[in-house]
Amino acid sequence: MTVETQLGNVANYVDERTGAAAWMKKNLQKVFPDHWSFLLGEVALYSFVILLLSGTFLTFWFDPSQREVIYEGSYEPLEGIKMSAAYASTLHISFEVRGGLLMRQIHHWAALIFMAAIVAHLMRVFFTGAFRKPREGNWIIGIGLLTLGIVEGFLGYSLPDDLLSGTGIRIAEAIIQALPVVGSYLAYFAFGGAFPGEAFIPRIYIVHVLLLPGAFLALITAHLMMVWYQKHTQYPGPGRTEKNVVGYPLMPTYMAKAGGFFFIVFGVTAFLAAVASINPIWLYGPYTPGQISAGSQPDWYMGWLDGLVRMAPPIETHAFGHTISWNILIPGLIIPGILFTGMALYPFIESWITGDKREHHLLDRPRNAPNRTALGVMSLTFVMVTLINGGNDIIATHFDLSINQIMWGTRFGVLILPPLAFIITKRLCLSLQRADRELVLHGRETGTLLRLPHGEFVEVHEPISPEKAYLLTSHEQAPPLELPAVDGRGVKRAGALRNKLRARMSIANAEQITKVSADDLKEIEHH
Amino acid sequence: MSNEIEAIKDPGLPAHVHRKADTDPAAADRAERQVATLFGISALGTVLLIVSYIFVPDDLFIFIPVMGNQNAHQLGLGLGMAISLFFIGMGAIHWAKTLMPDTEVVAQRHEFRSPDSDRKEFVEAVKSGASASGLGRRSLIKRSLGAALGLSALSPLLLLRDLGPLPGKELEKTTWKSGTYLVTDPGNRRIKSSDLEVGAVAQVLPEIEDPEHRKLSDIAKDAVLLIRLRPQEFNLEADRLAMTHDGIIAFSKICSHMGCAVALYEQQTKHLLCPCHQSTFDVTRAAKVIFGPSARPLPQLDITIDGEGYLVARKPFSEPVGPSFWERNSQ
Repeated sequence: MTVETQLGNVANYVDERTGAAAWMKKNLQKVFPDHWSFLLGEVALYSFVILLLSGTFLTFWFDPSQREVIYEGSYEPLEGIKMSAAYASTLHISFEVRGGLLMRQIHHWAALIFMAAIVAHLMRVFFTGAFRKPREGNWIIGIGLLTLGIVEGFLGYSLPDDLLSGTGIRIAEAIIQALPVVGSYLAYFAFGGAFPGEAFIPRIYIVHVLLLPGAFLALITAHLMMVWYQKHTQYPGPGRTEKNVVGYPLMPTYMAKAGGFFFIVFGVTAFLAAVASINPIWLYGPYTPGQISAGSQPDWYMGWLDGLVRMAPPIETHAFGHTISWNILIPGLIIPGILFTGMALYPFIESWITGDKREHHLLDRPRNAPNRTALGVMSLTFVMVTLINGGNDIIATHFDLSINQIMWGTRFGVLILPPLAFIITKRLCLSLQRADRELVLHGRETGTLLRLPHGEFVEVHEPISPEKAYLLTSHEQAPPLELPAVDGRGVKRAGALRNKLRARMSIANAEQITKVSADDLKEIEHH
Repeated sequence: MSNEIEAIKDPGLPAHVHRKADTDPAAADRAERQVATLFGISALGTVLLIVSYIFVPDDLFIFIPVMGNQNAHQLGLGLGMAISLFFIGMGAIHWAKTLMPDTEVVAQRHEFRSPDSDRKEFVEAVKSGASASGLGRRSLIKRSLGAALGLSALSPLLLLRDLGPLPGKELEKTTWKSGTYLVTDPGNRRIKSSDLEVGAVAQVLPEIEDPEHRKLSDIAKDAVLLIRLRPQEFNLEADRLAMTHDGIIAFSKICSHMGCAVALYEQQTKHLLCPCHQSTFDVTRAAKVIFGPSARPLPQLDITIDGEGYLVARKPFSEPVGPSFWERNSQ
């Protein structure tokens, strides 16, 4: 029997018991558009699978307990030192379990890649406008996954209970404790008493290995089902419209590519884990609240928060016998809260500004949505400046700079650079639109110089292909919303201020370089 | 919309370009061999992993340029695994790219919005269902249901009450009392002022009966840093100066910002720096904050000596140590 017949028999067997033939037939031929940027979300998905596999391996030996033990393992520098069972078992995984160190490294590297892939995927979705109707719900799920990822990562690297991660937990405790009214109660409930206590590691362990992975599984499943059901977006180009999807069928091409890509992601993660050591917890020593190591750094996706906390001005309010720590609440809760809420609501804000309630399946080229692109770069600039400040001590020692100057630089930078980035990006987008227009009108520069009979030198331009011309002009250029302050009967409309704001944003949003039309091209031909 | 202006026409999908393997059987066979080679390399990776696991001792270190001394066992396991996985992926993708169909397929999309008649009926069904329940008219039911649901959410909150004790006044207290001896950490030895040279720093803890079982949660509030300066280097109010002894000044080591250990002392400038968020405290001016996010100085411990010259606390801390909290009442 050939492989084909065998698989055919399996298909028969399945259908006779489920009646899935019609559904399966349709979905095996489902078309997936191909583009490298669509792989970013896949990297995140595959890293999650790697995290589940490597994490399960680690649970076989990890002891999530803060019970005090005396170390008697094979790592001599810590011989006889008092430590928690969590830390001792992490040392055991690293030094005595064969392949244990490799698995720890794979788990940690996969977590870093997971978060990086989520952020890169989020940027792709944002800058191409893939979040627009009908995908707003999936965008919100994505923001939820990003948030959970940050929490899950933090809990994960806190589990070994080493000096570095214990310091991180101390900071988390201080944030909880800073909440007005309920802070010290919540901190005592979370830690089962005074910090650090013996309850926290066992509690975050179950959250890390059961509760959050469960939430991840549910959200990722919903995320993928929506992608499947709504069909993938595609980049604009000849033959691609809002009404179709152009790509490769699931079976066999897309299956082989996506399945193969899982192994590539796993292989690269294993390679990094083999050659690049991260989080060598045995060098940090066990956690004790009275000690700390210089250059304490969180993982990268927490770095921007740490940088925000570092640059916060020293403000506390003392009144009526109570204390409010603005120096913790503003950078630790309020700003991240505004950022993440703003991100989650962005699809609705944009559609309110544009008044566009239609479905979109063709992606935008970022230059053709200058305001959105500028807003994205502005937010990234904000996060980058805070991330730099999160590493200010490392930067100061490596580049022999003053930590105070870096701090003051980023304190001003975080206010000045993001708006600057907005303006520059918007101008760049409009310039690129202008360049597109030039290209369509006058063609490509060939680099060939021609001397005309009267001595003038000109460069020969070559017309671009009709496909390229279509790509550069197929986008929509919507005029701003018309929101008159008075209605048809001359009566002032309700919500004048809101309308004025909306109108102004709509005008700014609609700023464009007019694209080339077929008439423009005809006119050029006449010359 | 730019409807009035005629847009440039869509020339349609570009013509499909055949690959070499599509037309030339020799090229297709070559591609097959390439795929098989990639899968073969993967198998070699697994062999490397098995050999490393069984035969390479885990205390063997080898020198590799750029990377330095590496544990051969770990490196063999990792590289073996990486090779075995990576080349399965490479093989599969090469297979897909050279031998599987690469003709782009066009599928149609349909608007998600249902036909208007369906939508109308759907909305009607929702409305009539809602009105049949009487939710809109019978406000007593609506309100009492809302209240009951809201109240029922309290039970999980209540049931979680035993997660921890109430803080009470605990955050404001430390082990330090009048007459508590300062002991070294580590070592648990009482100290005299002569044990500390000018310019030196030492971490101390309060003396307790059973130092073997000192709780981390006590260290988290009790840790104190001793710094010895020349008495004339202080720039203190009289009452603060009286809390020092013989040039020795004692501060809580727990940062007043977020509770990290304020462990970096710079002898030249006499500044204490917290490595977490760089709050900087001036030792000569009672740990006044001169930089960074902390809003309060480190609490100062009042110290003196007993009859035999050992350092003791004269009084407990006069304010809570560590990060701020709502109930904290100072200033």
